[in-house]
Amino acid sequence: MDVRLSPEQQALRDAAARVVDQLGPHTVAQLGDGERSKKLDAAVQAAGWRELRVEGDDGRPWASGVETAIVAEELGRGLADAAFVGPTLGAELRRLAGAPAATSSETVVLDASLTDLARTDSASDDLAGALAIDTAGSSDGLIGMPDGKIGKVPVEPSSADVDLTRPSARVISGAIAEPLAGAKRSLGADPHRKWIALGLALTCADLVGVMRGTVALATAYAAERRQYGVPVGSFQAVQHLLADALVATEGAASVMLHAAWAVDALAPVDALAAGSTAKAYCARAARAVCETSIQVHGGIGNTWECLAHVYLRRALLSIDAFGGVGPSLARVLEHHGIVGADGLR
Amino acid sequence: MDFADSPTEAEFRARLRAWLETNNPGLPASSTDDEYWRGQAAWHHALYDAGFFALSWPEAIGGHGLPATFDAIVDDELAAAGAPPRPSLGYLVHGILEHGSEDVARRFLPGIVNGRDRWCQGFSEPDAGSDLASLRTRADLDGDSYVVTGHKVWTSYSDDADWCMVLARTDHIVAKHKGISAFALPMDQPGVARRPLRMINGITKEFGEVHFDGARVPVENMIGAPGEGWRLAMTVVSHEREPGELGYVARYRKVVNELVAQVRGRPGAFDAEQVRELGWAIVESEMLRLHVCRRLCDRLDGIVHRPDGSIDKLLMTEVEQQVGHAALSVGGAGHQGMHDTWRNVYLYSRAQSVMGGTSQIQRNLVAQRILGLPTA
Repeated sequence: MDVRLSPEQQALRDAAARVVDQLGPHTVAQLGDGERSKKLDAAVQAAGWRELRVEGDDGRPWASGVETAIVAEELGRGLADAAFVGPTLGAELRRLAGAPAATSSETVVLDASLTDLARTDSASDDLAGALAIDTAGSSDGLIGMPDGKIGKVPVEPSSADVDLTRPSARVISGAIAEPLAGAKRSLGADPHRKWIALGLALTCADLVGVMRGTVALATAYAAERRQYGVPVGSFQAVQHLLADALVATEGAASVMLHAAWAVDALAPVDALAAGSTAKAYCARAARAVCETSIQVHGGIGNTWECLAHVYLRRALLSIDAFGGVGPSLARVLEHHGIVGADGLR
Repeated sequence: MDFADSPTEAEFRARLRAWLETNNPGLPASSTDDEYWRGQAAWHHALYDAGFFALSWPEAIGGHGLPATFDAIVDDELAAAGAPPRPSLGYLVHGILEHGSEDVARRFLPGIVNGRDRWCQGFSEPDAGSDLASLRTRADLDGDSYVVTGHKVWTSYSDDADWCMVLARTDHIVAKHKGISAFALPMDQPGVARRPLRMINGITKEFGEVHFDGARVPVENMIGAPGEGWRLAMTVVSHEREPGELGYVARYRKVVNELVAQVRGRPGAFDAEQVRELGWAIVESEMLRLHVCRRLCDRLDGIVHRPDGSIDKLLMTEVEQQVGHAALSVGGAGHQGMHDTWRNVYLYSRAQSVMGGTSQIQRNLVAQRILGLPTA
């Protein structure tokens, strides 16, 4: 066992950190700067990060779940408004189906509960509630079809995004899904579990990044904001809020790393359990940490101009995608042979 | 980045698993039952003699000189077998290793490590808890020994101890942190009076208090230099805050495994809230297992003391108290006199946010030393 990042993994982390620190939004106003976000998107594209799960020469993905999570974490920390998790999960789905890599940007469509891939053969009500996530630059989403086939369906922007950094989209009403050209196989139960495990690991990584970002934001604010003639960060009540936020972030980072490693290293059923364990912990921690950041920012934290709510909103999408606390706890309990915990969902 | 065993680790794991099949004494989870403490010494000897204890400590003191990651394997296997956790005394070992002279290390460490000498830690006093440096126990030089006078409390294992690592004031003029020295004091002598304290879960074998009234300790039993006691105490408590050092992951997972078995056997008998508490106990104990792997791997290139131990202590506390809540919820409070173990696991868990430095002190340290927030 050696769970330290390798020098290459550290270099990848540094590279991703540099890109978001230079090109990510540092203020709410910068979210509307199209020039900046285009440059960020171009940098992510040029780095090849969206192709990490594309099939390499040996049939395996170019990079493991760990490298993929490293990038996701840094993009979350920097509130990157360039697509990553969606297209990465699309690439994984294509690889698992034995289909050639995408030639244009595409993402994945989740079912109305957001816990699994949407399926065209489910009730029409469900498809109306289905959501394509992380759709910046994509007009297509991958979706499940009868017999485990993977299809592609056109999507259109949704009007009510919770996350201000990663737009979602709806399946265009009446659109017909086309089976993926060149797919060699349908998605069996184990590859399906593996795909969800990757979705869990990447949403956890995004949440860990979000937590790191918002703890840094709130800590800097507490050190600088003065009341009663002293920085508010010198008050024990404020210090303890931030200490708890950092502790939760570190616990989350430990479970997330294991989930990211498990994607490729463990049997699919165990990878799914590792991902669910991590997601339950990260989902609960992320909401609490983002709320703490808003609290530490006081009145400012409750205004649109403060980045604290941008972190919280990003967390709300990553929490729900592939299931938050309830569905994750239920999956963990099922893995331990405790079934019928559906009341938790 | 790899959580999997290397071939050497896998071989070690298999050997330990096979040994546990015939050598598991089946004691209750530690600290929840006096029966555990009655069997603890024999368990320490058995683990040590079979080569499964003191893995990451130097060979010169009876250890195996292996990477600290082997400790994580031991914790995994003990939990999986339902065996008791390994003895928690790494903090004493590291304190003596780092501050004691070669002579002190050679005389005392082998006996601590192999479990033939029982030790307690005489740090806290009635008026020196969180503010440990205000301790008043004094050690006055008299010929070739020091004479120790004072009152120690919340002293774990003082009743059975052969030796006490005692902090006492040897210099009354310098600043309070600088006048403290540490000693290895023999407990079997007329100047030592000990009394067990009953913990809130009823156990009497863990906690105690000690009165020193003219107890004598030879000068050569000072650990470190005169005035080095505070620095030694900080080394000791930093290790005492690390779940990887204490081996508590095995303790938590043993309890969780037993609770899971109880619920799995009777799925209809538990409501959603009970199942939810158990779900969180599973998640939390797994989090700590993985967090310990991360921390132990950070040590593969050698131990570096950082304030991160306070983060780990707070995580460990969160886990122990969640496991306690699951035990209370699933096992019940024991109104009918049944399930006493679960009630006792719960009651014992309240101590974790106090022992080894309160959670409030840990949060101060995290905020000031890690986040760099200004002090008032």
